Formats: sequence, structure tokens, C-alpha cells
Amino acid sequence: MDLNAIYTQLIMEHNKSSHNKRDLENPDIIERGHNPSCGDDITLELKLNNNTIEDASFVGHGCAISQASTSIMIDLIKGLSIAEALDLVETFIGMIKKEIIDDSELEKLEDAIALKNISNMPARVKCAVLAWHTLKEAIAKGHES
Amino acid sequence: MHNFDPEIIKNDFPILNQKVNGKRLVYLDNGATTQKPNQVINSMKDYCLSSHGNPHRGAHQLSIKATEEYDLAKETVRAFINASSIEEIIFTKGATESLNLLALSYGMENVKENDEIVIAISEHHSNILPWQRVAKLKGAKLNYLYLNDEGRITTEEIKNKINDKTKIVSIAHMSNVLGTIHPIKEIVDYAHSIGAIVIIDGAQSTPHIKVDVQDLDADFFVFSAHKLMGPMGIGVLYGKKELLEEMSPFLLGGDMIEYVTEQEATFAPLPFKFEAGTQNVEGAVGLKAAIEYIKYIGIDNITEHEKKLTEYTMDKLLSIPYVNIQGPKNMENKAGIISFTIDDVHPHDTATILDSYGVAIRSGHHCAQPLMKYLNIPATSRISFYLYNTMEDVEQLIDGIKNVRKWLGYGS
Repeated sequence: MDLNAIYTQLIMEHNKSSHNKRDLENPDIIERGHNPSCGDDITLELKLNNNTIEDASFVGHGCAISQASTSIMIDLIKGLSIAEALDLVETFIGMIKKEIIDDSELEKLEDAIALKNISNMPARVKCAVLAWHTLKEAIAKGHES
Repeated sequence: MHNFDPEIIKNDFPILNQKVNGKRLVYLDNGATTQKPNQVINSMKDYCLSSHGNPHRGAHQLSIKATEEYDLAKETVRAFINASSIEEIIFTKGATESLNLLALSYGMENVKENDEIVIAISEHHSNILPWQRVAKLKGAKLNYLYLNDEGRITTEEIKNKINDKTKIVSIAHMSNVLGTIHPIKEIVDYAHSIGAIVIIDGAQSTPHIKVDVQDLDADFFVFSAHKLMGPMGIGVLYGKKELLEEMSPFLLGGDMIEYVTEQEATFAPLPFKFEAGTQNVEGAVGLKAAIEYIKYIGIDNITEHEKKLTEYTMDKLLSIPYVNIQGPKNMENKAGIISFTIDDVHPHDTATILDSYGVAIRSGHHCAQPLMKYLNIPATSRISFYLYNTMEDVEQLIDGIKNVRKWLGYGS
């Protein structure tokens, strides 16, 4: 296992940066995501405008990988339609599960590609995917209401 | 063994002689599970090669051999924890099953509405959830002993929380997170003085310090084999005979019966009343071998060795400014477990980085979420020692810890 492939500059920057770590004013959807076995615990907040994610943020705590993954995801989904965001979730999870191996398909993940190597670390996969699963849940619940 | 030498002991554990991520393996997750020596592995292999049959059921040679092995294992456990009779030793799947058995067979029968059950905030989930269930179903109250700033239970706290409403006190002998050895005798004496019974969860203590259930005056005592170099899937419930006799069986089925008719059944005498179904005989054989191995090494030698390692490691850690130790910072009533956090670093990142240095530790909430909440931290990293750990292991650990923050982009 090469730590350099995991704890990259980009991951470190997102872990330390708090630009996405805040509460939104009047969010439309609030969804908590939790990895019970390790204590990663985030709450994702989304502000919608019709079918577009106008703003997104998170609060909570967790390891560097969970925090960076959440922050990168938020940067990516702002301004996207719900369908586009869900497509990114599927692509990201497909990348981590090694189901998508065509690099051109992954291009839309932009900075989130930095987390690709987590797929080689089974113990940390759940940290990387937490935010993305939470987003999926959030959108599903948003549709219900 | 006259001279305790972990380097020689290590030769009995082939699994430790490997590299992880290109580095010498340092196994410091003994609180989760321990490694097995050749003596334990071979005992189970020999049993499977020569003596395997279904015990207590057959008139043929293999069944008789299996029965003998099973009974010998039970006698070995009895002597190890100084129970007064083999009838007081029940084999279960592990400490968790033992505690669930007690909650259902003792708790549900003896706890009434408005009674109280007392546990400690530092308990493992396996000693919290069964009592939550009993308290809910019976309309009883679950009361917690809280810890002081050093991670210890004070006399004042014992007297505040245990009162004449208390029916059961269920407490870990040793905290799996903080390594604190709780004042069990004081708790037992006080609980008995007001008529409550005491269950001791010895999962963490039994592998590391001398346990004498009669000296502790424990009403019940539980532990698991895999934390003392034995196999997974077998553990022990010790109970005072008069208490066990009054309890109803936990599981019903084969081998725990006396007479069965279409509508009624009577049950076998102790300990078989609590051992329904075919038992884990190879597990019992492995547990026996593990206890014999501990006797050969000497439990006091193990305690002393771990104390030295822990003291040395704590001194090193206390000198690193960004490392914070949770719980006691001296060795008074503390065993070979150290939980710590590193400033600005989540314990999971610490564990991943240490793994890349060949060092296996645990990180997370250690199945003790209420304790994490009480300490106001999401998780810790945990070092837990055993007899095969060496000073060289500690040096490799400390070297890894000193590099953790660098990997996460901090200066030191």
C-alpha cells in the first residue's frame, strides 16, 4: 500500500479546507450519513431550485478520506441537476467498486478521481463512499417529500 | 518457564513472522483478538485427526473420546478461574452470548418494574444492549456508573448509583478502551450489601491478569477464548451454582434435557441445562490448550511484561506534544491497553498510516459508543499488548506515530 497514492495533496487540501463545511440557510434537504463501525458522521445539506442543486454543504466529522470525499463531491454537484448528480454518484461508486474501468467514463468525476486508489484499500472504502451514499439517500427522500 | 522472553515466545506464533506492507509485522490489536500459538493450533488439529465425535451421545469410541476432551477442557477452565465445581462452568459462543444468556435467563426472571440495573459508561456494547432490552421490557431503569477525569470509577460513584432498587450490577473487569481495571471487589462488596448480584465481564481481564472468581465473589463471570490465544466461537459463563440452578434454560434443544414428552420437558442438571445442541468441542480443546499455554508461561509473567511495555509506551507517547492519551496516565490499576488521539488527525487515518508501517492497531469507537460520547470524542486509536510483544514493537509503533501528522500534511 502506497500512502502517497492515498493521502495526496488534493485530499489533504480538501480535508483541511472548510469552504464546504458550514450550515446552509433554510436547506431543502438535510441528510445524515454515518459509518457506525468507525464513527464517520456527516450531515449533508442541500438547497434546491426546482431540479437543480443550487447550494450544498456539510457538517460533522470523520477521517481525512471521508471529509475530503464529501468536500470534493459538494464542489462537483453545485449547479447540477438532480439527475446529473445521481449519475455522478453511480459513476463514483462504480469507480470505487472497480466496475467502471474506462478512464474516459470517469472524467466527469474531475477531482473525485483522486479517490480512485481507495478501491485498493478495502478497510477505507466505506469512508470514501459515505458522502455519495448520503447524497443518494438525500435525493431519494427529497423526491418523496 | 524461568526466564520470560517474548522473543522466544514469538517462535510459538508463526503468524507473527511475516511482513506487512514490506515491514516487520507488529501486532498490537490484542484487545480485539489474540494470535494462536502452535500449541493451540496443533491441539485442535490433533483432536480433529484422532478424537472427533459427537460428545455425550454415542457409545462408540470417538464419541467417548470427544466427551473426555470436552470434560477435560471444562475442568481446565474451572481450575483456571478457580470455580468451585465443574457444574458452574458453561460453554457458550463467547462473552457476548454469555451476557445475553444472563440478561434473558436471569435478568428477565428477576428484574421487576422500577428495579434498577447498573452498568458502567465504559461498557462494551455487549454489556449494554442486553440490559437495555431487559430494562425496556421490564420497565426498569438502566443506571450508569460514570468515570472520573482519570477514567476510573470512584467509591462515591459506586455509592451514588448502587442502591436498594439495584438488582443487577454488570460491569467489565477491565475497560477495552481505556485499560482501566475497575474496583471490582469494592463494587461486589457494596452490591452484595444491598442484595444485588454482580456480573463481571472478564473478556479483557482474563487473558492478562489472574482471575479468581471465588476471591472476587463474582455471582457470574464471562469471557471469550479468542482473546486469550484460543479459538473464536467459544467462551465461558461462570455462575454460582445456586443462581444457575434457579435460572431457566437459555436455548432449548438436544442434550439439555432429562425427559421429554409430547407436551412437557424436564431439564438436564448443570451445566448441561445451558448447553443445548452440539457443542464446539474443537473450540473447547483449543481453549484448554490456550489455558495450558498461559499456565506454562505464567499469568503473572504476562501481567508484568505487559506492564513494562505499557509504561514504556506511555512515557514515549506522553513526550509527544500532539498525542493525547485517554484514561489513566499511570499504571495503577491499568493494564496493557492505551487509547489515544493525535491532534488534527482522525484515528482511522492514524490506523491506515500505522498499517503502512507494519503496525496493526485498532481505531474507531471500540464497540463503546456511549463512552466515546461521554469522553466527547468520535473515536480513538487503541494499542493493546500481549505476551509476544517486544520493545522493538514499541519502537516501530512510536516511529510510525511520529510520522502520522507528516503524511497528513502537517509539519510534525
